[in-house]
Amino acid sequence: MAFLQLKGVEKFFGPLRAIKGIDLAIEKGEFVVFVGPSGCGKSTLLRMIAGLTEIDGGSLQLDGRDITRLASSKRDLAMVFQSYALYPHMSVADNMSFALRLANVDKAVIQEKVQRAAEILNLVPYLQRTPKELSGGQRQRVAIGRAIVRAPKVFLFDEPLSNLDAALRGQTRVEIAKLHRDLGATTIYVTHDQVEAMTLADRVVVLRDGAIEQVGSPLDLYDRPANRFVAQFIGTPQMNVIDTAELPALRLAAGVADAPDGFIGVRPENVLVRAAGAGQIAGQVELVESLGADTLIHASVGANGKPGVQLVARQNTRTTLYPGDLVGLDIAPASFHLFNRQGQAVARPQ
Amino acid sequence: MKHFALIVRTLFAWGITLLIVFPLIWLVLTSFKTEQQAISVPPQPFFTPTLESFREVNLRSDYLLHAKNSVVTSFVSTLLGLAIAAPAAYSMAFFRTRRTRDILMWMLSTKMMPAVGALVPVYVLAQTSGLLDSLTALIIVFTLSNLPIMVWMLYSGFKDIPPDILEAARMDGAGVWGEFVHVIRPLAMGTLASTGLLCLVLSWNEAFWSLNLSSAKAGTLATLIASYSSPEGLFWAKLSAASLMAIAPIVVVGWFSQKQLVQGLTFGAVK
Repeated sequence: MAFLQLKGVEKFFGPLRAIKGIDLAIEKGEFVVFVGPSGCGKSTLLRMIAGLTEIDGGSLQLDGRDITRLASSKRDLAMVFQSYALYPHMSVADNMSFALRLANVDKAVIQEKVQRAAEILNLVPYLQRTPKELSGGQRQRVAIGRAIVRAPKVFLFDEPLSNLDAALRGQTRVEIAKLHRDLGATTIYVTHDQVEAMTLADRVVVLRDGAIEQVGSPLDLYDRPANRFVAQFIGTPQMNVIDTAELPALRLAAGVADAPDGFIGVRPENVLVRAAGAGQIAGQVELVESLGADTLIHASVGANGKPGVQLVARQNTRTTLYPGDLVGLDIAPASFHLFNRQGQAVARPQ
Repeated sequence: MKHFALIVRTLFAWGITLLIVFPLIWLVLTSFKTEQQAISVPPQPFFTPTLESFREVNLRSDYLLHAKNSVVTSFVSTLLGLAIAAPAAYSMAFFRTRRTRDILMWMLSTKMMPAVGALVPVYVLAQTSGLLDSLTALIIVFTLSNLPIMVWMLYSGFKDIPPDILEAARMDGAGVWGEFVHVIRPLAMGTLASTGLLCLVLSWNEAFWSLNLSSAKAGTLATLIASYSSPEGLFWAKLSAASLMAIAPIVVVGWFSQKQLVQGLTFGAVK
């Protein structure tokens, strides 16, 4: 039995089946990220685990105990909210110690735990301030501190970085990763940002429309997406997925002339840009995005004489190409993905 | 020119203030007059004050009994009302459903019916249950008639508390009571205090039900005042004296709790 076990978990909003029977097992110490586009149900699922949203069907077990109907206050989980949700009338120290005070923990123990958490999170100078005297990043750390102090069975993070600016987000992401490494606490983290998912997770759960699309390690999802949705959701810029009927030349370029009817997916780094006339596919540059380390080349590829199919190539060398230039394109060998008409991945022919 | 505008504004403000306070001032003046002076035309702003009317009121009726009844009915009904309205407002503010708005409107709509429309049934209810002229009857009626306003006021106050904070408290192990004591009460102190104060004043000054449901035993200060208004004879000075004695306690309470109120409203902002 896994540490946290979801079995057929369902949620209905009126007639709408928002969470469609989720089965998931999370092991102790694991860092699991729920990722998906907005409205996919990832936050709802997290809130159901937290007990803040009722579970309408299925069961939820934590550490061998059924907690499906248990009140949030008794589940022994801690949550870091997107809005931080700090108690505005309490000092930082009081915010962090609230749960322990409710549990009637000895004062000296509380003091020590708060002090230790504050040291880990660099909050010692701010312990006596109220939340509104803190910056966004500091508030975020207090919210995390509030969770750490309790040493709960599972940490729940609900898009904790989305209110921070880009620089701070990157920095806090690294801190959360370090924190998880040091504490080894079981963590469920919800985000719509696939970079956060890829960098933080031991396992990523990709959700869409209230159902799991795929569960796996970040690189597993990247290298072996189960379907078109996962293939295009994970990775920036997203995978080129092209209808084989639209661009037969691609089959030849990929070396799968006998590929089944459906779609071929190629990651941008596997699209190789050649000089005009070379390469298996002729294309025209539409846009060049120079990011410094990487350069993205958007090319339009003639499909049966019609323009329109877009391929994005990513290379780590700079380019002298300009929009309008003619290029040739190749696909790196054995680097493509095949999907059938329904969008499910199919094995590459050997 | 600027100076002139200031003078006009000041005079205007004083004018409005006097207009509002004048009845009160006149009440106070009249209560220290003799009955003859009270009805003299033209009115006498300057006179030798006398405590005759107060003496008369104290001789004729039991002020302390009525005052006690007023204190008991208004404080108990306010506390009872808060105890009922706070959970109602809590559930409406934090567990909204599609019908929450309608229920709130329906509650308010009960205040749109004139009280006299319910007089006979309420009177009969009180009579058959043996509660006529009892403090219990007044407390029940005061509480119920204040509830819609209390629920509305608390609801609008609670609504300003981000629900995330309550959820955080729940995750931290707080039950409903813990949430209320540790989060809602401190954050909504201003709302709770102003709601309580308003209902205290409304109950204290309530006259319709106390006149109809009580007399000698459970009569509040409102009934004491009313007993000095009569169709004939001279009664203005005595009526004023009785009124002054009736409103004095609540004015004092209001004065002090006003400071509490301001503290409540600025709680957290100055810490």
